[in-house]
Amino acid sequence: MKHESIETNAGLLIILTLIVISIGGLVEIVPLYFIDSTIEEVKVEGKDTIHPYSSLELRGRDIYQREGCYTCHSQMIRPFRDEALRYGHYSLAAESKFDHPFQWGSKRTGPDLARVGKKYSNEWHVQHLIAPRSVVKESIMPNYPWLMKPLQYKNVRDRMRALKMVGVPYSETTAEYEVNVKRFGEDVAKNLDILKAEENLIAQAATGNYDGNASDVTEMDALVAYLQLLGTMVDFSKFDDGHFADFR
Amino acid sequence: MVASSALGSTLGSTLGSTQVEQYNYDIVRKFTIMALVWGVLGMTAGVYIASELAWPFLNFDIAEITFGRLRPVHTTLVIFGFGGSALFATSYYVVQRTCQTRLFSDGMANFTFWGWNLSVGLAAISYMFGYTQAREYAEMVWPIDLLIAVTWVVYLVIYVMTLRKRSQPHIYVANWFFIAFILATALLHIFNNMAVPVHMFSLESYSLHAGVQDAMTQWWYGHNAVGFFLTAAFLGMMYYFIPKQVGRPVYSYRLSIIHFWALIFLYMWVGGHHLHWTALPDWTSTLAAGFSILLLMPSWGGMINGIMTLSGAWDKLRSDPIIRFMVVSLSFYGMSTFEGPLMSLKSVNALSHYTDWTVGHVHSGALGWVAMISFGSFYHLIPRLWGTKMYSEALIFAHFWLATIGIVLYITALWVAGIGQGLLLRAFDEYGNLAYTFIETVSFLHQPYVIRAFGGALFLTGTLLMGYNTVMTIRKAKKEQSEIDAKVAAKLANA
Repeated sequence: MKHESIETNAGLLIILTLIVISIGGLVEIVPLYFIDSTIEEVKVEGKDTIHPYSSLELRGRDIYQREGCYTCHSQMIRPFRDEALRYGHYSLAAESKFDHPFQWGSKRTGPDLARVGKKYSNEWHVQHLIAPRSVVKESIMPNYPWLMKPLQYKNVRDRMRALKMVGVPYSETTAEYEVNVKRFGEDVAKNLDILKAEENLIAQAATGNYDGNASDVTEMDALVAYLQLLGTMVDFSKFDDGHFADFR
Repeated sequence: MVASSALGSTLGSTLGSTQVEQYNYDIVRKFTIMALVWGVLGMTAGVYIASELAWPFLNFDIAEITFGRLRPVHTTLVIFGFGGSALFATSYYVVQRTCQTRLFSDGMANFTFWGWNLSVGLAAISYMFGYTQAREYAEMVWPIDLLIAVTWVVYLVIYVMTLRKRSQPHIYVANWFFIAFILATALLHIFNNMAVPVHMFSLESYSLHAGVQDAMTQWWYGHNAVGFFLTAAFLGMMYYFIPKQVGRPVYSYRLSIIHFWALIFLYMWVGGHHLHWTALPDWTSTLAAGFSILLLMPSWGGMINGIMTLSGAWDKLRSDPIIRFMVVSLSFYGMSTFEGPLMSLKSVNALSHYTDWTVGHVHSGALGWVAMISFGSFYHLIPRLWGTKMYSEALIFAHFWLATIGIVLYITALWVAGIGQGLLLRAFDEYGNLAYTFIETVSFLHQPYVIRAFGGALFLTGTLLMGYNTVMTIRKAKKEQSEIDAKVAAKLANA
């Protein structure tokens, strides 16, 4: 076929172009949904240790996205010596399997946050978010004083239902709840119950007391609850060295 | 005798302007103006957020203007506002000129104008108020995504229908690139933005994909926003405006065929190089790296075809500032498409990823290639659209130097920043501990950040000069037209 027949026929040009531009995506993306080793199985004593966010943590993640934290912070530790020393064990694919959307990031203007959970106290986070330079003098992060305002959580059930539609195992029926108990254990399963989302949220904010004030639920409560969870779901001491390397 | 022939020609042009033009230039004029408006706004946002990194007090504790919310405003306004409008303008111009036919539908073209500009404006405002999908370069919330999808389909229909009613047997090479850009953008936009809204009346949504699959989909989208939106389409621009401006045919027809098909095939494979050493499986990122290296060839094929078209007209570099813009744009295109494959090597990427080197690389493409070829094309286009000469050639020269020096400062500052920070982060002391804390590397970045902001400000100043020059050109055109009208009226009154 001469190229002339393509450049004199708009329909043919369009069809051939569509075929040529579709191949790369088909070969590289589609298999990721079907190859089992893409996402590691992370089980301890028969239970999945990586679980969806509680209603409070979910709202915290929404705020993380709203403020564009991903424009300066990654959540993806690479398997290098310096990153291991600085941030901890490299990130597993499984650790973001409930993240819609993923927040791996592309730029570290600030440090990686994939394992920031439990590294600092709640008080440190609150102080740092309100006035970063009061804790780290050279920091160039903006102040976020408005995070102390009350958290909106009226539509948290709608949020969990939307996530359930895209595959996150939040439960609405007793049967679904029982499945979650088997999969994640009872403590986690309780937090995944959509019908109890609001009371769970209030209870977690009160007991966690993330913002230093147990009486109200602020955006700070939600965001710090989320940050304190990051990277804490896998206890690497429970796995043999090299166990996760088999998946790479 | 002389007077009567002058009268004849002025009468002719007056009559011509009251009739329907052969081509729809009105839509081209509107998109050209909006490209400059979004360009100025988007680059101002860019200089501002660059300054926030150098002097964080500029965040002023105002949520709407913090770095995290303004950064997508900057990227959206420059990529989709400036770049997108420039592409609408030039593609509508090129398709009409090369097919020698009027645009398929004026009404539909106007719809794309309002749909597109509304999308860009609403997106920018919504980010400032915290509504975002938190996907880089695809931050628009779902209702805006739908508006974009509809606008884009109408754009495709106009383009294809205009091609179909062409009065030339051949579809000119610039149109291949434009059509590939329109098709690929539709594909990418739809698959990357699939999401479930929180509620029918909520602007928020959660993406269909999660984790590793989501990451790959996003960077398949993200890199091809570069590959098709910011490269293939601008190659379409190059293939029309460079031959026109130098008055020479495209250097090699065969090269244009080969590099077109190779470019659009290879680009779709390379997005995974944004995910080296992450939890993306090795096979995917290795494939992406391999194809990234291959991509050097069609990229340089395009650059060589452009440069060789220019060669033979080198003497015009002294007198024609438009050709200077074009030569510099092709040089930056060649440079950044060499740097890209280099950075996609896993060993280089281990250092460069997550640092400002990436940001510098993007800007050598976006400022050096995309903006410079657009400026050159616009300086060619604007006098023809308004039927006059540019108001000031000296201002075009000034713009050229401000832009070029601005880019050079910008990218060299970020090479220092990126490579420097990458080296500091992986440095160990004699006991094998980390030599520097993270915050020490942030302090190191202050000076490069100041220089980067200054370089960006120079570039912005150049764009402002272009805006001024354009406004004065349009005014001049109107004045000239009214003088002609007055003359004609006087002559008619005397007769």
